[in-house]
Amino acid sequence: MVTPTLPAATLEVARHDPSHDVIIFEDVAIAFEDQVVLDGISFRLPRGETKALFGVAGSGKSTILKLALGLLKPDRGHIYTLGQDVTQMKEDDLFELRRQVGIVFQESALFDSLTVRDNVAFRLIEEGKVSHEEIERRVREALRFVELEHTVDMFPSELSGGMRRRVAIARAIITQPETLLYDSPTGGLDPVTSTTIVELIIKQRDVYKTSSLLVTHRLQDAFVMASHSFDPKTGHLRHVEPGARIEVPMTFLILHNGKVIFNGDVQELAHTKDEYIREFIS
Amino acid sequence: MAAGDFLSSIELISPTDFAKRKIQSLQDYSILAGQSIANLFRTPLYGADMVQQMDLIGFGSLPIVLASVFFTGAALALNSATTLSRFGATTVIGQLVSIGIVRELGPVLAGLVVAGRNSSGMASELGSMIVTEQIDAMRALGTDPLKKLVTPRVVATVVMLFFLTILGDFMGLLGGSVVASILLGMDSHEYWSNAWQTLVFSDVFMGLAKPVVFGFIVATVGCYYGLSTKGGTQGVGRSTTEAVVAAMILIIAVDVFVTRFLMAVLGA
Repeated sequence: MVTPTLPAATLEVARHDPSHDVIIFEDVAIAFEDQVVLDGISFRLPRGETKALFGVAGSGKSTILKLALGLLKPDRGHIYTLGQDVTQMKEDDLFELRRQVGIVFQESALFDSLTVRDNVAFRLIEEGKVSHEEIERRVREALRFVELEHTVDMFPSELSGGMRRRVAIARAIITQPETLLYDSPTGGLDPVTSTTIVELIIKQRDVYKTSSLLVTHRLQDAFVMASHSFDPKTGHLRHVEPGARIEVPMTFLILHNGKVIFNGDVQELAHTKDEYIREFIS
Repeated sequence: MAAGDFLSSIELISPTDFAKRKIQSLQDYSILAGQSIANLFRTPLYGADMVQQMDLIGFGSLPIVLASVFFTGAALALNSATTLSRFGATTVIGQLVSIGIVRELGPVLAGLVVAGRNSSGMASELGSMIVTEQIDAMRALGTDPLKKLVTPRVVATVVMLFFLTILGDFMGLLGGSVVASILLGMDSHEYWSNAWQTLVFSDVFMGLAKPVVFGFIVATVGCYYGLSTKGGTQGVGRSTTEAVVAAMILIIAVDVFVTRFLMAVLGA
């Protein structure tokens, strides 16, 4: 499997250079039927970083992911994804951009009339430029990554909830996109399956070094991601000592009443004095 | 539920908001209908999806279209015979059934039957895809749902309704023939000869132009209601019902205008 790598030095430069931000939100606001969901949201996702989005239900976490892909248009502000202002783009141009971004939906959103093979291969088939043999090879490679190669001929209705999420991850990574968006990938799953999904996300993060926005309301998932890395030699996760440098940086963003109330790394989060955040993470 | 609770649960909207919503819906429908045609001139064309939809819509609707037009033709012949016998003109039953079925009843009945079966099917299928985020997933994967889902359904419905109407017309005439020969004792050859000779170009053109319009209505209305579904599974049910009602009313209403327009153009 080809594993593109981004040297640590490059990552360091990328973190301080605005042109290397894969996603930028500038004063973004959106309301649904007079209910303000996001009100002046601004943040940046540097290339090669994973940012976990937290907030109570209805705080607009999933909306941020849809806005980043141009699936929704904001009422105010600008959103730059891979350097392009998605708020100003036509739908036809957005289709091109979206091909460079992978997304895992909250309920997987697999096409229920297609087999796992066709679901995972959907993007490649639509592009129409890849041979059948190459599609088959890449589908199996992506499914092997999520350890579900045996489900290739099954339909989504035959899979468990956790398996569907893993197929959705395979579908998102098959084209090795620059950026990945995860919408509550562990939502509604049992603890064991949730752990499997989190391990897969860490593996994906550390093997491919993609930038990610991860929506979750399970704080422990994000803490596991911040404190563990994937060891390619053993094929398992290893614990990273507090303060030690993780190759793919992890930051946290917390939403409250439509605004960003925290944006920083795990150390800053642990030492915050904000009462709401302390209550949230306790 | 107490009366007060019931009344408070009803959403009250101002006439202005109501009008705005209706105009917005009309605008959205027009954009979808326009895009479904414009997509025919942009790649990819999704030929395999079109063929699959033709199979589902065309062959799936064949038995009910043939049966409904057959029995309508038979009933038309029976009713005509009662009236025509008063004037001793039962021999023109073939002409009457032929004109009635080919110009009007064949296309309208086929349109209504296909609307009942397929507008609902399209609305429920696309509505389910909306509530399970499959449409968002399709857009996120870089595929235009209008191109992939709507245009193939529109093309398939227009093409298949055209051919279904031709077959339906024949079955309608056959229904009239069965009644004329078995119940009224008419000569079958005379019936078919009258039915055939009375048809002129304008009758046939009118009868074959209508299914093109009706097919477009059936598919675009079904897809529009499906893609505007809101509110989970209950919303899917609502979209399905609204799609069938809207498609049927539109077919009947548009039929009047198409008939008048074609009469003016063809001078018939």
